[in-house]
Amino acid sequence: MDFNDTAEEAKFRKEAYEWLKANADLKEGPKDGWRASSEEEGLEQVKVWQNKLYESGWACMHWPKEFGGRESTPIERVIWGQEISKFKVPGGYLEIGQGMAGPVMMMYATEEQKARHLPPMAKGEEIWCQLFSEPGAGSDLAGLKTKSVLEGDTWTINGQKIWTSGAHFSDWGILVTRSDPTAPKHKGLTYFFLDMKSPGVEVRPIKQISGGANFNEVYFTDVKIPDSQRLGAVGDGWKVSLTTLMNERLAVGDASGPDFQEAFTLARGQDLNGSLAIENGAVREKLADWYCQQSGLKFAKYRNISALSRGETPGPQSSITKIVSGNKLQEIANFGMDLMDSAGIVRSDEPDADQSMYQYGFYGAAGIRIAGGTDEILKNIISEQVLGMPQDMRADKGIPFNEIPSSNK
Amino acid sequence: MNFEFSAEQTQLKDIARKFLEKEDSVKRARTVLEGETSYDEELWKLIAEMGFTATAIPEKYDGLGLGYLELCVIAEELGRSLAPTPFSSSVYLATEFLLKLGSEEVKQNYLPKLASGSLIGTFAHTEGNTSPTEANITCEVKGNLINGTKIVVPDGDVADFAIVTAKEGNDVGLFLVDLSADGVEVVNQQTLDPSRSHASLTFKGAEAITLGSTNEGWDNLQNILDRAAVLFAFEQLGGAEASMDMAKEYAMGRFAFGRSIASFQAIKHKLADMYIAVELARSNCYYGAWALSTDAPELATAAATSRVSASQAFNECSKENIQTHGGMGFTWEFDCHLYYRRCRQLAANIGSQSIWKDKLISSLERANQV
Ligand SMILES: Cc1cc2nc3c(=O)[nH]c(=O)nc-3n(C[C@H](O)[C@H](O)[C@H](O)COP(=O)(O)OP(=O)(O)OC[C@H]3O[C@@H](n4cnc5c(N)ncnc54)[C@H](O)[C@@H]3O)c2cc1C
Ligand SMILES: Cc1cc2nc3c(=O)[nH]c(=O)nc-3n(C[C@H](O)[C@H](O)[C@H](O)COP(=O)(O)OP(=O)(O)OC[C@H]3O[C@@H](n4cnc5c(N)ncnc54)[C@H](O)[C@@H]3O)c2cc1C
Repeated sequence: MDFNDTAEEAKFRKEAYEWLKANADLKEGPKDGWRASSEEEGLEQVKVWQNKLYESGWACMHWPKEFGGRESTPIERVIWGQEISKFKVPGGYLEIGQGMAGPVMMMYATEEQKARHLPPMAKGEEIWCQLFSEPGAGSDLAGLKTKSVLEGDTWTINGQKIWTSGAHFSDWGILVTRSDPTAPKHKGLTYFFLDMKSPGVEVRPIKQISGGANFNEVYFTDVKIPDSQRLGAVGDGWKVSLTTLMNERLAVGDASGPDFQEAFTLARGQDLNGSLAIENGAVREKLADWYCQQSGLKFAKYRNISALSRGETPGPQSSITKIVSGNKLQEIANFGMDLMDSAGIVRSDEPDADQSMYQYGFYGAAGIRIAGGTDEILKNIISEQVLGMPQDMRADKGIPFNEIPSSNK
Repeated sequence: MNFEFSAEQTQLKDIARKFLEKEDSVKRARTVLEGETSYDEELWKLIAEMGFTATAIPEKYDGLGLGYLELCVIAEELGRSLAPTPFSSSVYLATEFLLKLGSEEVKQNYLPKLASGSLIGTFAHTEGNTSPTEANITCEVKGNLINGTKIVVPDGDVADFAIVTAKEGNDVGLFLVDLSADGVEVVNQQTLDPSRSHASLTFKGAEAITLGSTNEGWDNLQNILDRAAVLFAFEQLGGAEASMDMAKEYAMGRFAFGRSIASFQAIKHKLADMYIAVELARSNCYYGAWALSTDAPELATAAATSRVSASQAFNECSKENIQTHGGMGFTWEFDCHLYYRRCRQLAANIGSQSIWKDKLISSLERANQV
């Protein structure tokens, strides 16, 4: 048992580190990291950086070379992830394209479409969004109603999507629709990709509890999509969606925000009732719990990496990451503010202030526990897919979709 | 990165599991629990014949000279099967004290017999209803003779010798005391887990051999406790996983409201929570195993992390296993309570959860001096 690289892994790590060292700045401390002053500025910087990665062969590393990748092994991607986390580099905006739309295009698009869309996706030139959730279909995604009707070789789309992250700056979207409302729920869905500038697409930002607006409502009024932009067969949209969701769950990592180290540092410098907070027994117990959770996730990841390194398929232990880290973040955020007593709730727009880090976590954690599969849905997945327990009883099996009870009926 | 047990270690684990299943270890735990004996002597002999007691003892003392990773996988299986033997006292504690602190003569005299299981050792530390500290220990050694009383000593009634903490001058040192010697009174103590025996030991001028230097006694003790904590954590991990598996199996087969109770989300999510606790504990235990087997400077942190995490997992799984069984879980007949008891016994054995959490934060403070 050791944490050492194989000779090959060490060589790759060195190559990755050296390239990064020549092209980016090292972080100066745990709090140091890339931050943009606005969404527009962030997007601009991400595009410039991603283009640089692409030109040097570090973009979408596991993709085929013809689409801009380098056909890297899983362990090389992990090593790259470890090395890049030491540097102050722009990030975000590209996950949905590269992590979800890309793999689906690779499985279902024509050669021409792949050649047209994958390289700009890898380069960060074109941004993608995921048009799945609807007001009546979130956890129960297959309950979606956005209608698609085929005439000749053109589809007409009418309906509404919601919670679409980044729709307001996206060039393309992946979309699931209902093409046959008389078929059973999971059978009548059809999957497309579309140009977000198509006539009839209207994006309306939704203000989040944090005050920002990263996600949107997207309305479709007689939007035309050529049949050639269908991914998978008519009525096979559920199968294609599952491919996407599987990739989404793989892509979701630790919740970002203050973790054990931040809370520990704060407690060691903060006064509580006349002495340092770290001397308080209740504080120590909580910190110990978070340390154990953080450490458990870290070493679960190492176990995964070891499996990859041996060329084996990793075990299901990564399925716990989002639940554990989302809840931990929510607790730590509350704790951090609590240590600052009443002042913890004073709003601060100064990004370096202690308050803002914990307040950001306070809002963010509430969203993380929902986005990409709620805690409850993830526990269902663990009990069913990992432990082999029965599926929930359902009230919607084998019934035509338009006869299933819904919130409005 | 190779953060996994090797193929050989995994194979050893498999052998240990099958052996303990074949020997009906869980049933033997019940027999000890219900009967008059202190431990299962036959199982202890079989375990020793398998070489488990000799695992980490060097070959020059008639051990197998394997490492601690091997001992970790065996510990997990002993925990899974509730083995009613003095293994933890004799192997994780007494053997470790002698390996680390014994004089060459002591090692020659004791280790071969510990390896063969013909000698049983234990560790005697607790004196009252509070965690022992350097300040509150009252057992005292003067001129090689020990006086005082230790209570809830695991396997105290079956051990041949004990490593005892006692004051000598201003320091707390570690002493080896032969329990059959004059001046030692052993009284069996009933606890909530009778599948593991306990005793109080009263010393009235019994002979005590000093282990290591007394002014480093407390530090030495912490180090051995850290090492043992990793092994205890693996036992707890095994018990936690067994409880989870038992709960799942029962739920799948129990029907209510016309369906398997495993199809109720309240039960599914309970099992998912157990799985999360077990996966976190397992990953942390691996960290502990790595630190123990490499004598890493992180040992104190890794040991406390694995101990706290495994105690939590076993607690979660053993109590929710009873809950999943409904009324059956509350009966003497079902095995759920054996795990519930063992969970509490192991959690108490080398210091409470609050103490280990505190140790964890202290070790992080030391590692990260600012
Ligand atoms: C920050 C953020 C970003 C998002 N980005 C996108 C995006 O880019 N694209 C996109 O398509 N969607 C996106 N979503 C939507 C997200 O996928 C859904 O919010 C999520 O799947 C939950 O669906 P819902 O909001 O309709 O809640 P519901 O499904 O209505 O859930 C409400 C509550 O009921 C519980 N519940 C539902 N079903 C069950 C069940 N079977 N068993 C037990 N409990 C159940 C849920 O766990 C939850 O607590 C985003 C959401 C957030 C918060
Ligand atoms: C100390 C004690 C004293 C008792 N005294 C009496 C008495 O005097 N008279 C008498 O008649 N009975 C008595 N009982 C029986 C008691 O009422 C039942 O044990 C209890 O109702 C649970 O039923 P069960 O044991 O069959 O468990 P089950 O019903 O099989 O339940 C097993 C598990 O499945 C869960 N479960 C079952 N159904 C659902 C569901 N729909 N949704 C979610 N989870 C579910 C339960 O919560 C439990 O965790 C006693 C029980 C105990 C422990």
